[in-house]
Amino acid sequence: MSRTPEPHPATASADETMLAVENLQTVFHTDKETVRAVEGITFEVREGETVGIVGESGSGKSVTARSIMGLVDAPGRIGDDSSIEFRGRELTGMTENEYREVRGSGIAMVFQDPLTSLNPVYTVGNQIKETLRVHQGIRGDAADEAAIDLLESVSIPDARRRLDEYPHQFSGGMRQRVVIAMALACDPELLICDEPTTALDVTIQAQILELLQELQEERNLSIIFITHDMGVIAEISDWVNVMYAGEIAESGPVGEIFENPAHPYTEGLLKSIPGRFPDETYLRTIDGDVPTPTESPTDCRFHPRCPKKFDACEEVHPAPVDVESGRGGHQAACLLYPDGLTREAAVKEHERQMEDSDTEADDE
Amino acid sequence: MSKMNTTPEQEHQATTADDEVLVSVRNLRKHYGADSFLSDDPVKAVDGVSFDIHRGETLGLVGESGCGKTTLGRTLIRLETPTSGEIRFDDTDITTLSGSDLKQWRRNAQMVFQDPDSSLNERMTVGELIRDPLDVHDWKTKSERDERVRELLEKVGLSENHYFRYPHQFSGGQRQRIGIARALALEPEFLVLDEPVSALDVSVQAKILNLLRDLQSDLDLTYLLIAHDLSVVRHLADRVAVMYLGHIMELGETERLFENPANPYTQSLLSAIPEADPYAESERITLRGAPPSPRNPPEGCPFSTRCPTKIRPEKYRSVDDDVWRAMEELRGILRERARTDRSIAMIARELLGLETRLSDIDEIVEEVFGGVDLPPELSTHVDRVVHEVTDGNPEAAQSYLKREIGGPCDTDTPEYYTVDDDGRSSYCHRHTAEYDPPSPTLRSE
Ligand code: SF4
Ligand code: SF4
Repeated sequence: MSRTPEPHPATASADETMLAVENLQTVFHTDKETVRAVEGITFEVREGETVGIVGESGSGKSVTARSIMGLVDAPGRIGDDSSIEFRGRELTGMTENEYREVRGSGIAMVFQDPLTSLNPVYTVGNQIKETLRVHQGIRGDAADEAAIDLLESVSIPDARRRLDEYPHQFSGGMRQRVVIAMALACDPELLICDEPTTALDVTIQAQILELLQELQEERNLSIIFITHDMGVIAEISDWVNVMYAGEIAESGPVGEIFENPAHPYTEGLLKSIPGRFPDETYLRTIDGDVPTPTESPTDCRFHPRCPKKFDACEEVHPAPVDVESGRGGHQAACLLYPDGLTREAAVKEHERQMEDSDTEADDE
Repeated sequence: MSKMNTTPEQEHQATTADDEVLVSVRNLRKHYGADSFLSDDPVKAVDGVSFDIHRGETLGLVGESGCGKTTLGRTLIRLETPTSGEIRFDDTDITTLSGSDLKQWRRNAQMVFQDPDSSLNERMTVGELIRDPLDVHDWKTKSERDERVRELLEKVGLSENHYFRYPHQFSGGQRQRIGIARALALEPEFLVLDEPVSALDVSVQAKILNLLRDLQSDLDLTYLLIAHDLSVVRHLADRVAVMYLGHIMELGETERLFENPANPYTQSLLSAIPEADPYAESERITLRGAPPSPRNPPEGCPFSTRCPTKIRPEKYRSVDDDVWRAMEELRGILRERARTDRSIAMIARELLGLETRLSDIDEIVEEVFGGVDLPPELSTHVDRVVHEVTDGNPEAAQSYLKREIGGPCDTDTPEYYTVDDDGRSSYCHRHTAEYDPPSPTLRSE
C-alpha cells in the first residue's frame, strides 16, 4: 500500500492511476456572493492506495469529494478547465445518467451520518438487495446470499437475521457498517469516505478503521478518506493532502507530512493538537480565522495568519512546488520552497509556474 | 502495575489531605423512568458514583456516548434531580434543593454547552444574551449589569462593539466565547464544561482551551470537564474519571492514568485513540460490539460484555482462546437479540407465532463454531442452548450459559481498589491477589 517516491501524475503509469484530478475548481455562485470552495487542486489516487484529505471546516475537502462524485448541485459549478479522470475516463461534463452508472459501479461514497444513506422505512436487507439488483443484476435467493455475505464482510454478527431489521434497530457503529456494506454492493474500485467516523465513539471508530483497512486489502480498494482529525489521517493514509481555503497547501507521503511538515499551516495545525507539547501550559494556536474565499487568489491565502510571511506573500500566489527541489513526492504551495533556492529565486519559480498554468488554461 | 491494596475502598479519598473539597458526591444515582409502554426497566444513566472535586482543580470526565457523563454533569449542577445519593457543594447538601433555594444556589454552578448554537437565542443580541442570566437573577442595577456585560465580553476575548450584534454573525469559536461569558455572568465558582470544544476545528479548539485555562486561574474556578476527546482532557484536567455504563471505572491523576492505565476499560479506550504519528507502534485492543443499553446493564462488572481480559471460571482456564471467544460470541448474540429494540410489528408477529426471533439458531451455531474444535463439555452447553432456543426460551438459554460458563465478572460487582500511591482507584476484580492484574496484553484467562 505504500507508494514509491515518484508521485507526479506525469510519471505515474496509467494503469495504476485510479483517479486523476486536475485543476479542479468548484465555485458556488449566488446573488449575494461567489464562493470559490475549491480552487484549482490537482492530485491523484492510485490502485489500492488511501489518500487522506485533511482540513478544517471551509477548507473545501467535502466539496472536493462531492465534485468527484458528481454531487455538486446548482448553484455550484465545476470549472471548464477542470478534469476528473477515473480509470482514464473523463467524469466532468457527464450526464446524470452516465454519472449514475459510475456511482453504481466504480466509485461509492460513505458519508458522516449513516442515516442520510439509509431509508428508515425499508429493512436493511431490502436496501442492500435493491443496490445489488440495480448495479449487479443479482436477484432472488442469490441476492439474499450476497447481502448476507456483504453484512458478514463488514463484520455484522448474526447477519442473516439482521437483514430483516430496520436502520433504527442498529447502533451508530453498526449503521455505518451497513452503509459500507451498501457501498460495497456496487463493487466499487474507489471508496470515498467523508468523515465516516466523526460521529462515532473512539472504540467504535477503531473498529471501522480496522474494517476499512481489511476491506482495502481484500479488494484492493482505493480510498479517499476525508477528515479533520490528524490522528485518523496518520493512521489510515498512505498519502496526505492538506487543504486550506480551497487549495492544497501541502501534499506528500504520510510520514513526510507528520515528520517534516513544510507548509506553515500544516506546522501550525500539528502543533495545535493537544498533547503535542505536554510540558506547555498553553496550546499553540494559529492566529486569525479561516477565510471564505470569494475571489481568485493573487496572494497566499494563508498570509494573514502566517507567522513566516514576507512581502511577496501578499503579491504572489504560490504554486505547489517540490519541498526539496529535484526530489519529488513532497510538495508545498508556499513561497519558502523549494528549499535551497534563494528567496528571490523561489518566488520567481512560483511566478513562472503560475504563468505556465495560466497560459495552459488560455490555450484550451 | 503499581502496588495494590486489597482493602475495598468505597469512597474516593482526596489525593492530598490539604486539598479543599468543593464538590463531594456519594453513591449518586440518576435513573430515568420507563419511557415506553413496552418496557418498564429504568435507564440507569448514573448508577452509583462517588468522588470529590477539589477547589481550583479541573476534573476530567471521559467515556463514550451513553456512559452517563453528561447526565452526571447535569445532575451535579441540579439540572436533573438525583434518584438517590448525595451531592454536597461547599458543605451544603444540594441534593434536594428546590424552588428559590435552588435558584439562589445556581449562581454558584453553571454550565457551558457543547453546541453554542442551540444554547443561544438567535433573536437576542450578544449583549442581551450575556445579560440574560443577570436579569433573571435580578443582579444589581441595570447600569451595573451593562457594565458587567462589557467586562465579560472583554474577559472572553470579544470586544465591546460586539454587544449589539447577533450570534449568527459570529464564527463557532466566537459563539462558544459568548456561551462562556454567559456562564460566567453570575460569578460562579464551579463550571461544568460539557464538550466545550468538540464542535470546533482544531485551531479554534486550541484558543478556547487556552481561554478556559486563563479564566480558571484569574477567577479561581473549579471545572468539571466532560469530553470524549481524550487529548483535550489530558491537556486540561488535573485528574480524570473514566466512565462506562453509569459507573466510574477508574479515577486518578491525569498523567499517571494516561501513562499507565490500570483498568481494562481505560486500557482499551486509550489504545483506541489514533495518534497523530504515522509511525506510532500502537498495540490496539479492538473491543467487540457496542456498550450494552443502560436500561439493561449486565450484572456483575459493567464492562463484562466487552472486556478483553474478563476472568474465566477456573475449570475453563485451559480451553483454547478461539473456542472461548466463540462461546463468548454466542453469548453476545443471545444478548444482542434480547436487547434490540423491537418494532411493534415484530413483537406482534412473535405473539401471533408467525416467527420467533431466534428461529435460525442452528445456522448461528454453525456460523459461530464453524472451524473450532469444541471440547465435549462445552459442546453439551451449546446443545442445550440450541434446545432452549428452539423451544422458544431464549432467556433460559442466556441464563443457562451465564451459569455454566460465567465467571466472577458476570456475577459479582467489583470494588474500588487503590492502584497507585496517589490514591488512584480502579473498579475491577483483577486488582485482588486471586487473579493476574489487568494488563493490556492479557487475554481472557
Ligand atoms: S507563502 Fe508566505 S504566507 Fe504563505 S505560507 Fe508561505 S510563508 Fe506563509
Ligand atoms: S472486573 Fe472483569 S470484566 Fe470487569 S474490567 Fe475487570 S476483568 Fe474486565
